[in-house]
Amino acid sequence: MNTVTEARLFTPTAKRSGFAGLARRYALQIAIVFVALLIWAFFLWRAPSTFLRYDIYYALMATTPYFALMAIPLTLVVIAKEIDLSFASIMAWGMAAFDVVFQLFSKTNPHLGVWLGFIACLLAGFLAGLLNGIIVVRLGIPSLVATLGTSFFWSGIVLVITNAQGLGLAVVAETPLYNILVGRVGGVIPAQFIWTIVFLIVVWFLLNRTKFGAHVYLSGDNVESAKLMGVNAPRIKMLVFAIVGLAAAFAGIVESSDLKFFWPTGGAGFLLSTLASVFLGGTSVFGGTGTIFGTFVASFIIAAIQPGIVAAGWTAYWTQPIYGFIIVISVSLQALLRRRLA
Amino acid sequence: MDCLLQMKDISKTFGEVAALRHVNFEVGANEIVGLLGDNGAGKSTLVKIITGYHQPDPGAQVYWKGQRVEHLSVARAREIGIEVVYQERALADLQSLWRNIFMGRELSNRWGILDIKAMSDETNRLMQTAMGFTSAAVSPESIVGTFSGGERQGVAITRALYFEAELIILDEPTMGLSLTETKKCLDFVAGIKQAGKSAIFIDHNIVHVYPVADRIVVLDRGRVAGQFMKGELTFDELIDRLTRLARTGSFENNRHAPSPVGDGGGMGRG
Repeated sequence: MNTVTEARLFTPTAKRSGFAGLARRYALQIAIVFVALLIWAFFLWRAPSTFLRYDIYYALMATTPYFALMAIPLTLVVIAKEIDLSFASIMAWGMAAFDVVFQLFSKTNPHLGVWLGFIACLLAGFLAGLLNGIIVVRLGIPSLVATLGTSFFWSGIVLVITNAQGLGLAVVAETPLYNILVGRVGGVIPAQFIWTIVFLIVVWFLLNRTKFGAHVYLSGDNVESAKLMGVNAPRIKMLVFAIVGLAAAFAGIVESSDLKFFWPTGGAGFLLSTLASVFLGGTSVFGGTGTIFGTFVASFIIAAIQPGIVAAGWTAYWTQPIYGFIIVISVSLQALLRRRLA
Repeated sequence: MDCLLQMKDISKTFGEVAALRHVNFEVGANEIVGLLGDNGAGKSTLVKIITGYHQPDPGAQVYWKGQRVEHLSVARAREIGIEVVYQERALADLQSLWRNIFMGRELSNRWGILDIKAMSDETNRLMQTAMGFTSAAVSPESIVGTFSGGERQGVAITRALYFEAELIILDEPTMGLSLTETKKCLDFVAGIKQAGKSAIFIDHNIVHVYPVADRIVVLDRGRVAGQFMKGELTFDELIDRLTRLARTGSFENNRHAPSPVGDGGGMGRG
């Protein structure tokens, strides 16, 4: 780098105040909040009858967690410069495991069946995620291909196991698990929204305040130097895949409990919105940077788009093109930002 | 001279190719050794043996502070205090300065929770002492990707020094740097000497090696073609000899044989 570039880099910033420094550090988070406010203002203007009532926010708090619970941990995978396309299938696979275990006890002790099914569900998700990690790390298969493969595998296995039959989950509502996962706190706040906040805080803490998180960043930024400096990048990558698997299974049981029904093909609809949340949230597809808060805010933007455009009087068919557009635009912006830094 | 690292009779063959032939090489305590040589002379093979990446052929002996090291692995080399500063691979560009300084060795409690304040304070101290960043524009939170080439080398060298490396190996640190950046980088190499540590400085540009090295070792086609203390030769004499080496394959001037250097001499002419 020559002195001209150096001068450009250092001279103006020398006068930078502490406030401007903070603004630059949190630029992406500030930008995503700004985008959210802009879209909100637009919907308030176009559809005030919908967006001035509590119902829409209640509905968003209930349904956004179905994929926000996966998008938040998926951010770790993307920061580690990998991708996971199988979480939507793992969502259903976890519930298939619930189904199998629950059926074993449905005649004798259905309530015990619910709890054991819940454990089986989380375990199945964790193991499926771990398998992704093992295939990617140990066999060196690019994660895009590996998880595309496991995605088809698990969604197929779910259909085989359940014979494509759904499962009524009214019995879950008879156990405390229902209130824990999807009850209404104070009658107005869906519990899954609280869970999403918990995920936000826990995953943020993991990423920004622990050694594990520091190594997630390093594994995605410069895996060669991370390895030379003693970072166990393969183990980190396996772990982030396993965490996404676990979260996907959790999201699966949250969604199914809320709907009181398990649809074996249910997860597929969340693939695009989850990925869009991560990329819109400012996480770089090239790895090494990204924020959990950005993903959290972005998932609510993504969730608001469909009801927003319907309330504004357009056809819901616009939802998919808008999601696709958002993914392409956010990834392109990342590429431009990165080129400017290099 | 006390020897920090002493390597005797190092050979390395890859199949039919002899990359190193009976090389003797040592690094003294608090000594900067310049390792010169053309491409293929065996510089990187020698370094990879020192860092434990390659194992030498049987018959080699490696001593660290006078103690025999039987099997030098990458982990063992790091453990005893040998650090390599690589040209491009050293830093994570998108991360902050403190995250780079403490890369892989983050300060944390037993639950793995980072002590960010301690790392940030320590980075701040290193910036002002070792790295010489006094500008208000650079903070421990600055992203290293925005630093210039010489500054980046400085960060990597400071990191090695901070973690108590005894011997720092610099693999072509000035490659691709501008004149002013090269100057900055060489200042950091001089800083290694001041910190009481040793370094091996690999380069094929004699102009960079000469000012900072205490001793210069010239490798040619897998053997030590010659070595000398800096005081023995002027810069011009060195250039003459290197030219002769390139032309004739012989480093020595017939009428002026250099005296062996250090205990053990290590001329290793095969």
